[in-house]
Amino acid sequence: MHVPDGFIDAPTSLAAGAVAVMGVGLCLRGARRELNERTAPLAGLVAAFVFAAQMLNFPVASGTSGHLLGGVLAAILVGPFTGALAVTTVLLVQALLFADGGLTALGVNIVTMAFVTVAFGYPFFRLLAWAMPRRRDLLPVAAAVAALVSVPVASLVFVGFYSVGGTVDLSVSSVAAAMVGVHLFIGIGEAVITGLTVASVITVRPDLVYGARGLLPRAQLELRIPTPSTAASGGQP
Amino acid sequence: MSGGHGHRLYTPGSSYLHRLPAHTKILAALVWVLAVVATPREAYWAFGCYALLLGGAARTGGIRIRTVVRHTVVEAPFVLFAVLLPFLVGGETVVVLGVELSRGGLSDAWNILAKATLGVWTSILLAATTSPQAVIGGLQRLRLPHLIVEMLAFMVRYADVVAHDLDRMRIARESRGFQARGPRHWRVLAQSAGALFIRSYERGERVHLAMLSRGYSGRLPLAGAAPATARQWSVAVTLPAIGVAVSALAWVAAR
Repeated sequence: MHVPDGFIDAPTSLAAGAVAVMGVGLCLRGARRELNERTAPLAGLVAAFVFAAQMLNFPVASGTSGHLLGGVLAAILVGPFTGALAVTTVLLVQALLFADGGLTALGVNIVTMAFVTVAFGYPFFRLLAWAMPRRRDLLPVAAAVAALVSVPVASLVFVGFYSVGGTVDLSVSSVAAAMVGVHLFIGIGEAVITGLTVASVITVRPDLVYGARGLLPRAQLELRIPTPSTAASGGQP
Repeated sequence: MSGGHGHRLYTPGSSYLHRLPAHTKILAALVWVLAVVATPREAYWAFGCYALLLGGAARTGGIRIRTVVRHTVVEAPFVLFAVLLPFLVGGETVVVLGVELSRGGLSDAWNILAKATLGVWTSILLAATTSPQAVIGGLQRLRLPHLIVEMLAFMVRYADVVAHDLDRMRIARESRGFQARGPRHWRVLAQSAGALFIRSYERGERVHLAMLSRGYSGRLPLAGAAPATARQWSVAVTLPAIGVAVSALAWVAAR
C-alpha cells in the first residue's frame, strides 16, 4: 500500500526525498561491493523478480488475499544494499509507470518500504541466524521472524513522518496503534511467505542465499553409487 | 492492498504531450504535484482550477477521461481511510443527513481525497503519454545515478519476461489440478516464488555473460532522452508555473 500525494505535507515530503537520495547513494556503493560489475543486470533482474513476486496472490480466506512486500526477502537473498536498491527500483517504476504511489510521497515510500525494512530486517535476521544453531532448516525461521518484525517497524517510521508532517487531525498515538496493529497482521503474512520462500531457495541453491553466507557448514561432496538392487527398482524409465 | 499490476498505462500516440521530451514532463509533473500538495485545503477554487488544467492537459494528450478515471482505483485503500475519517476525528461536529460527523474529519478527508486524486491523475497522465523507455531516458537526463538508470532499464526490459515466467508456473500448477484456496496452500506458492527467484537470478547471470561477450565493461551505453529545445521547455513549464501561481494565490487568499 503506497502512500499517495497529500497525506504528508510538502516540506516533510521533500525532507524524506532528500533522505531517500542519500540512502540510494549509500546503497549504490554497498551494492557495488556485493555484486561488483555484475550489479546492474543482476539487481535489475532481482527488481523484476520482486515486482513479479508481488503479483503472486496468497489467498487468506473468503475472497481476500495478500501479497509479498519483499524487502526482507530481497535483502536475505541478494544482500542488504542490492535488496534495498531493488525495492527502490520497483517503487520508482510503480510511481512513474503505474501511477501507484504519489510522486511527492516517493521519498516517504522509499525510506519506509525499501530502507527501513532492509536496514532493520537484515541485521536482525543475521543476529537471529548467528544466535541460533547453524542448521539449514532454522534459517527460514530467522528470515520469517525478521520479516514479521520489520513490517510494523517500517509502519512506525511512517508514523514518525506522520507526526512531523501529517495532514490529518488524529493523535499520533492512535495512528501509531492502528498502523502497528494492521501491519502486525500484514507482517504475519509477510513472515510466512518470506520464510517459505527462503526455505525453498535454500533447498535448491543454498549458494545463492546471500544472508546464509558464513552461517552454513560447507556441504561435503557425497558419492552415492547405486547398488544393483536400487538401480533395478528405481532406475530411469 | 494493490493486487496485480499487470496493466500498462502507456497509450501510444503522437500528441504534443507525447512528443514532449520525457525529462521535461517528469520535472513538470513533480513541481506541479508539489504545488498541489502545498495548497491550503480551504482553497476549494484552487483544486477546481487544478482539475480543469489537468483535464485540459489530458485533452492535449488525447487521453480519454474514462481511462484516467478507471485507473484512479489505485488510491482505493486511501479513499476508504478518508471515508472513515469524519467518524474517527473528534472535535466539533456537524450533522449531515442525520449522521453526526466531525468537522475536522471532513476537512481532513477532503484534503487527502482532493490531493491524492489530483496526484494520481497527474501520474496517470505522465505514464500514459510517456513510454517506459522514454521515462528511463528522461531520468538519465535528470542526472539520476547511472547505475540506478541501468537497473531501471534492466527491470523494465525483463519485468514482462519474469512475469510470464510466473504465469507459466501458474499454468503448470493449475494443469496439475492445484488451486490455492487458503494459507494451507502457501507453501506451494512460496516454492513458485523461490523458483522464480532462482530463474531470475540465473537469467541475470546469463544476461551479464552475454553482455560481457559483447564488450560490456560495467557501463551500459544508454541513449538517454533527446535534449529539449527552449520552446519545449517553455511549454512544459506552463502547467507547473500556473500550479505554483494558483497555490501561492491560495496562500495569500487564506491569510
